[in-house]
Amino acid sequence: MRYRAPEAAALISTDLAPFTALFDRRSGITHILASPAPEILAALTEPMTIDMLLAVLAREYDLADPDPAALAVRLDELVASGLVATT
Amino acid sequence: MGRAVTDARLLVTALVDPSGLRLDTDWTALIAIARAEQLIGTLAHRLDGLPVPETVAMLLADARDAAEQGRRTALWEAEMARRALAVTDTPVVLLKGTAYVAAGLLAGRGRSIGDLDILVPRGRIDRVEAALIAAGWEWVKPDPYDDDYYRRWMHELPPMIHRERDRMIDVHHTILPLTARQTPDAAALIDRAVPLNDGLSVLCPADMIVHAATHLFADGDLAGGLRNLWDIHCLIDEFGTGGLADRAAHHGLLPAVARAARLAHQLYRTDVPQQWRADAPTDALFRRRLLARDGWGRSTRPVTRLAFYIRSHWLRMPPAMLARHLWIKWRRN
Amino acid sequence: MRHALSIRIGPVGFRIGSDWRAPIDQLAALYRDYPVPDVADFTVRLFAARAWRRVIRPSVTIGGDYMLPDAAPLPLAHGLLAGEMAMNLQLALGYRRHLLLHASVVERDGRAIVMTGESGAGKSTLATLLASRGWRFMGDEFALLDPETGLVHAFPRLISLKNAGIAAAAAAWPDGRFGPSLPDTPKGDIRHLVPPAAAIARMDEPAMPALLLFPRHGVAADTRDVGASEAFVRLTQASTNYVALGEAGFRALTGLVRGVPARAIDYPDGDAAIAAVEALWAGL
Repeated sequence: MRYRAPEAAALISTDLAPFTALFDRRSGITHILASPAPEILAALTEPMTIDMLLAVLAREYDLADPDPAALAVRLDELVASGLVATT
Repeated sequence: MGRAVTDARLLVTALVDPSGLRLDTDWTALIAIARAEQLIGTLAHRLDGLPVPETVAMLLADARDAAEQGRRTALWEAEMARRALAVTDTPVVLLKGTAYVAAGLLAGRGRSIGDLDILVPRGRIDRVEAALIAAGWEWVKPDPYDDDYYRRWMHELPPMIHRERDRMIDVHHTILPLTARQTPDAAALIDRAVPLNDGLSVLCPADMIVHAATHLFADGDLAGGLRNLWDIHCLIDEFGTGGLADRAAHHGLLPAVARAARLAHQLYRTDVPQQWRADAPTDALFRRRLLARDGWGRSTRPVTRLAFYIRSHWLRMPPAMLARHLWIKWRRN
Repeated sequence: MRHALSIRIGPVGFRIGSDWRAPIDQLAALYRDYPVPDVADFTVRLFAARAWRRVIRPSVTIGGDYMLPDAAPLPLAHGLLAGEMAMNLQLALGYRRHLLLHASVVERDGRAIVMTGESGAGKSTLATLLASRGWRFMGDEFALLDPETGLVHAFPRLISLKNAGIAAAAAAWPDGRFGPSLPDTPKGDIRHLVPPAAAIARMDEPAMPALLLFPRHGVAADTRDVGASEAFVRLTQASTNYVALGEAGFRALTGLVRGVPARAIDYPDGDAAIAAVEALWAGL
């Protein structure tokens, strides 16, 4: 199963430290996201399996001990919110 | 300003012939009636670009924006349902307002859209229900009597609402209650459905008109009738009536479709074939009910309304069941 | 409808119809200095749900273009309150020209303080007190934020004072025009105050928001910063039409919380509140 983020044009992102406010133009829904959700969305430049995504994040953010189970939980949340779709 | 506005004819005239509206129209009454009839977005599209007083122009622009917002929300809800139901491998047919906007139809322009309505095969209903619950939808009402009644006799699951998005979905397996006198061919509806993208479909044009007419007359008490009739006007305007009579007859719903076509012609001057241009004896009573709205947006003509409310229940249920149902409802209230 | 009245409050015009004369007479008296709209933005109806309810234990059901199902009616003695609630309801459910924030607003030198909080937190009373100390009153219920310009527009309807706030307002405005006492409403004792003449005369002058306040009365004095995230979330909760406005609402509100400082102030009484506000204003 692959995970897919919306195209960049579909989202408006505003930094409201420490969170990120995200407006999804497709749904009209506003999301308040905490790390690592914005980073996950940014990393999904193309549809990826969870292993591919974990590898990208580990590399980008220099993660010492990347945990696939924790990533799966975050991805499920993003799927439930409609921000990430599965193919 | 002239006499008080006592029925909805002002709105009907504005929709049919918007450029004929005079600048000294009772705009406040027109807007109040349109809002009460859920037709303000439609009116705003019909009047777009025509000269109106400044405040009216702003209100109508607001209404167009609101309809656009509603369209986006409806399409997103359909998309989320599609994602949830992809795993069930079931044909999902969009109905009513969501279908009109998803297919880019005239009937969708400016339309206010409420819940998401979908049609699925009866045999798949349990699977669909389970998939929706897994994706975050839940039951609206926990009342066991209503639930039992719904499952046995209605044409749809009890209403569900999404936990996070707070939007309702109605899952139908046919287009009339099972207790109604007519039994439309649900399998044929799904069979002739027109695919959009990615697993969603809409009814074929003739079936859309049949459904709209059914919903207007055989299922409801005509509340919101002017809007439903406008949908029918737009569908006939866009697709014509070729094959409509035959299709309606196949579903056993020709009288409803015929009456809808006649009333659309009488009120909205819809271009219909000759056999639907003459008044039938009770058409005047239906027009009276449809136009029962005054310039303050109030429902008027209470005796007519009550007659139609009783009639709508009579159409849905055999008499013994109706008596029991109304008795239980009355006791509960 | 038998009795009717039209009034304009800021950018919003209302047509009010009533089955009884008394609420219309009271509204007309208190709103006598307000302009009349040409075409109303909203229709409000105060009606008897059953014909006999017009006469026997008369109770006023609130209606209009936008209605809530199962809304409880009010006794006719509270008809003025019903009229105010009905107008608020039309705005809350149907207005989209501006982003609506549940807030009171005062202005000085073209810059505004937007004070938001739950019902009973004291934003009406605080706005009334500030208005008696040289600030221009712009509203006590709704702040109207223009998504295009970022300006806040005035909506100076009758100020709705509750319980202890009534005495505080009467002390600050000894010559104020008050509506009738409305004891024992679902929200306690209520009394309405007509906004000062300057507020009515200048209702069409917007202002630029310069300070966001989250006031809380009746507690020990404290002032603290509120971060942009917290302010944003609290304001979305304080808005009835944020979702309806879509992208414009998002841009308006993110723009507001990023561009304007937000502070929470707790205060034991009115004087402490005013002192805290003036200190914050001077420090901007």
